[in-house]
Amino acid sequence: MRVRTASLPSLRDLDPRRRIRSLGFPYTSAPTPASVEPLPGPALGDRYDSDWARSPIARATRVVAQETVGRAVTTALCRPRVHNRDRMEDLEGPAVFVANHHSHLDTGLLIGSLPRPWRHEVVVAAAADYFFDTPARAAAAAWFWGAVPMERQRVSRRGALAAAELIEEGWSLAIFPEGGRSPDGWGQAHKGGAAYLAARCGVPVVPVHMDGTDLVLPKGRRRPTPHRVTVNFGAPMHRDGEDARRFSARIEATLEVLADETRSDWYSARLAAARGETPSLRGPEFSTWRRDWLLEGSRAGRPGVSSSRRSVRDRARGNDPW
Amino acid sequence: MSRQHEHRPRPGLVMPVDRSTPPVLMHHGEQLRLQRLPADRSRVIYPPEPLEPIEDEGAAIREALDNPIDSDPLDQRLFAGMRLTIAFDDVSLPLPPMRAPDIRQRIIEAVLDRAAAAGVDDVHLIAALALHRRMTEAELRHAVGDRVYDALAPRGQLYNHDAEDPDGMVLLGTTDHGEEVEISRRAAESDLIVYVNVNLVAMDGGWKSTATGLSGYRALRHHHNPATMTHSRSFMDRHNSELHHSNWRQGEVLRSAGVEVFQIETTLNNDLYGNGPMSVLAKREWEWTARDRAGFVATRAALDRMRPGTRRKVMHRWRAPYGLTSVQAGEVEAVHEVTTRNVYRQQLVEVEGQTDVLLFGLPYISPYNVDSILNPILVHCLGLGYFFNLYRGRPLVREGGVVIMSHPTTPEFNPVHHPSYIDFFEEVLPETTDPVEMAERFEKDYANDEWYRHLYRTGHAYHGVHPFYMWYWGAHALDHLGGVVVLGGDPATVRRLGYRPASTLDDALEIASDLVGPTPTITYFKNPPLMMADVK
Repeated sequence: MRVRTASLPSLRDLDPRRRIRSLGFPYTSAPTPASVEPLPGPALGDRYDSDWARSPIARATRVVAQETVGRAVTTALCRPRVHNRDRMEDLEGPAVFVANHHSHLDTGLLIGSLPRPWRHEVVVAAAADYFFDTPARAAAAAWFWGAVPMERQRVSRRGALAAAELIEEGWSLAIFPEGGRSPDGWGQAHKGGAAYLAARCGVPVVPVHMDGTDLVLPKGRRRPTPHRVTVNFGAPMHRDGEDARRFSARIEATLEVLADETRSDWYSARLAAARGETPSLRGPEFSTWRRDWLLEGSRAGRPGVSSSRRSVRDRARGNDPW
Repeated sequence: MSRQHEHRPRPGLVMPVDRSTPPVLMHHGEQLRLQRLPADRSRVIYPPEPLEPIEDEGAAIREALDNPIDSDPLDQRLFAGMRLTIAFDDVSLPLPPMRAPDIRQRIIEAVLDRAAAAGVDDVHLIAALALHRRMTEAELRHAVGDRVYDALAPRGQLYNHDAEDPDGMVLLGTTDHGEEVEISRRAAESDLIVYVNVNLVAMDGGWKSTATGLSGYRALRHHHNPATMTHSRSFMDRHNSELHHSNWRQGEVLRSAGVEVFQIETTLNNDLYGNGPMSVLAKREWEWTARDRAGFVATRAALDRMRPGTRRKVMHRWRAPYGLTSVQAGEVEAVHEVTTRNVYRQQLVEVEGQTDVLLFGLPYISPYNVDSILNPILVHCLGLGYFFNLYRGRPLVREGGVVIMSHPTTPEFNPVHHPSYIDFFEEVLPETTDPVEMAERFEKDYANDEWYRHLYRTGHAYHGVHPFYMWYWGAHALDHLGGVVVLGGDPATVRRLGYRPASTLDDALEIASDLVGPTPTITYFKNPPLMMADVK
C-alpha cells in the first residue's frame, strides 16, 4: 500500500521576512524606475551621498574605531593569519581589492588585514538595498567601513560611476564580486563590476582569499563561533588587453588558486592550476544536500563525511539577503 | 505631492514599462487594483502634480472682479433697480465635490457683497443644470454656502434651473446653422447674468456655461447629437470641437439678443486627495512609503470586503481639497481663453505618438452620478466620452485601436436619479448601440415622455433624453476605435453595451490582439487625478 505523506514547509519557508519579501509590491517597496528622477528627500540606496564619511573628522574617528573596536572583534573571533602580503610590495597607488564573501565579518577582516596606507584609504562597495536602506544603517556603514552603495538587484550605473570617481581620486576599493554572502558555504559566480572598475580606472586588482569566516558567522547565524581564519593575498593583477568579462573570469580563477594554496601549499596549487585541476570555489552542480555533504567532508579532510558544524536551524536561517 | 515633499510640482510623466516596473494602481469602480503591465511595450502616463494654489483666494477674487478682462469692473455694471441673475455650475462640478467652502460660495458672496452695496434688490441665483438632475438642499448649501442659501432660498430667489418649465424658457433666435437658442427666461430678461464657473476640465466654461447650462432640450439637441459629438476632436480642445463651435454660435445669438454676461471662471489644481489617508492614490508607485503601502493594503482589503452599497457610500463621502489656481472674470470668450490656458497648465502631459491599446481604470464617479451609481451607460460615457477625449492633437489610441476599461460594470441603476437610463438599457441597447440609429428611432420619445419630464421637474431625475446624450458622448470613440474590452465587467452587461468582457488583462490583450496584432503597444492612462494628453 502506498502511504501518502504531506510535505512540510521548511523553516526557511516560514521565515516571516522571507515570506513578506516573496509577496512583492505593495508589501515591499518598489524600485525607482531607471528612467525616473527620484523625489528629493533622504536619498537612500545607491543614491545615498557618502561624501561626509570621507571628511577628515569622519576618517580620523573611523581609524580609531577600526583599530580598537574593529580589531578587537576580529581578533577575538577570527584570530586571523595573514599570508603573502609581501606580494603587494610593488603596488603603488589605488587598487581594487577583490575577495570571496561568506560572512559579515569579511569586511572588517579584509580592511584590518590590508597593509598601510591602503587600510585607511579604502572604500568598501556595499549592497545599496541592504546597508543603505535606512538613514541610520547607511550612516553607520558609511562611517565605520567607509562603505559606498552599490546596486546589486537591478541595472544601475550610479554606484559604479561614483566608485570610479573615488578610485580616480586616489581611494582604493574593496569589493566582493559575488554580490552577497554565500548562502551555503560554496562560492558564487562573480559579477563583472570589480573587473569593469579596475579596467575603467586602469588600476590593478588584488585578489584576497579568506578562509574560515563561514565557520565563525555564516549567513543566517546570529551568534558567532570563534574560529581561526586565514587571509591569503594574491599578486596584483592587471588587465591584459582582455575585455572586462574575461578579466573577471581570470580574477575568479586566481581566487580559486589562492583558495587551493590556502588549503594545500603554494607549489601544489601551482601544479594543480597548471594541470587545470584547481578545485572550483562554486562547488559541483549537485543537489543541495550533496553540495552540503561534499563541503562539510572537504573541511573535515574526509570527503563524504559530514562534520555538521552548522545546525539545521542555522541553515534554515540562511536566508538573509546579504 | 508638492506639499508633502516640499518641492516644485512635477509635470506629468510618460514612463516606459520594463521588468522592474512594479504593478501600477488602477481604479476599478469603487475598488482598487494593482495591475502588472507587459514589459517593453507598455507605457504609463502619470498626471502632473497639483500646482501650488493661490494663497489669498479672497484677494484673487477681488482682483478679478475689479479688473476684469475686456469688461468694465463688476461694480460699474451693478445698479439699483436692476435685475441680476447669478448662475452657477451644478453638482456635476467639480469631481469629487470640493471640500467646504466651495469656490462658488466664495465668489457668489463676493458678488452679492457688491450687489448689496449697489442696492440691487432683484437677485436670483440659478443652479445651471440644463437637463441634469435637480440639486438637493444639501448640495445647494454646499455649493453656495449657508449664508447665501438662507438669505435667498426661502424667498424663492435661489433655485434649480427648470428646462421644462413652459413659462420659464424663452427662444432668443437661431444661429446661421439653424440652431435654436433657448435659455431661462429669468436669465434672458436680466440686466446682467453673472455666471460662476468651475473649470475642472478644458471642456467647461465659455459660452457652454450659459448656452448649455441655462438651456433645454430644444437648444441642446443641436449639439448634443451623434454628428456633432463625432466631429468634436476633442471636447477638451475647443478650437477642434464641433460641440464648442455650436455653443459659440449660440453665444453669438445671445449676445445679439442683448443678453449681458459677466463671466467668472475658476480653475482648480488636481489635488484630489491631499496629504490624508487617500494620498497614496495620487503617488507614483515607487514613491509609496511604508505607511502608504500599509494604508493601501488596508484600504483595498476593506473595500473588497464591503457590501457594494456601503462601499459606494464610503467613496462618495470623499471631499477633495482642491486649491484654486486661477480666477478670471469679464467677457465670456476672452475669459475662457485665459481659463483654458490655466487648465492646460495643470493637466497637459506631452505624449509622443499613439498607441495600439489604451488602458483606463475607471473610478467610481462621473459628472452624472454624484452620490449615485455609475451605471453601465455612465461607464460608457466616462470611458469613451470623457477619458478617451482627454487629449489634444490626436487621440492617444490609433484609429482602429482598442480601449480596455477596468470597471465592474454591473447592471445597477439609481431609480431616483436615472429612471430613463433603466428603460434605455432595457429597450434601446438591446436594439442598437449605434448612436445615429438610436437617435433616429428612440430619442424623441424619451425626450418628450411626460413621466420622465415629471420626474425631472419635481424629483431628482435626469431628463428623459439624458441617457442618449451619455451614449452620444462616446460617438467619436466608437467611430475611431476597432473595439472596446471591459476588464472585470459583468459579461452580460458588457455585451449589452456592445463591448467584449475579459476577466484578466492577459485575456483582454488576447482579445485585443485580434484587432491590433499579437504584440500591441499599450498605454495606461493613469487617471485620476485628472490630466490630459497632448499627443504629438
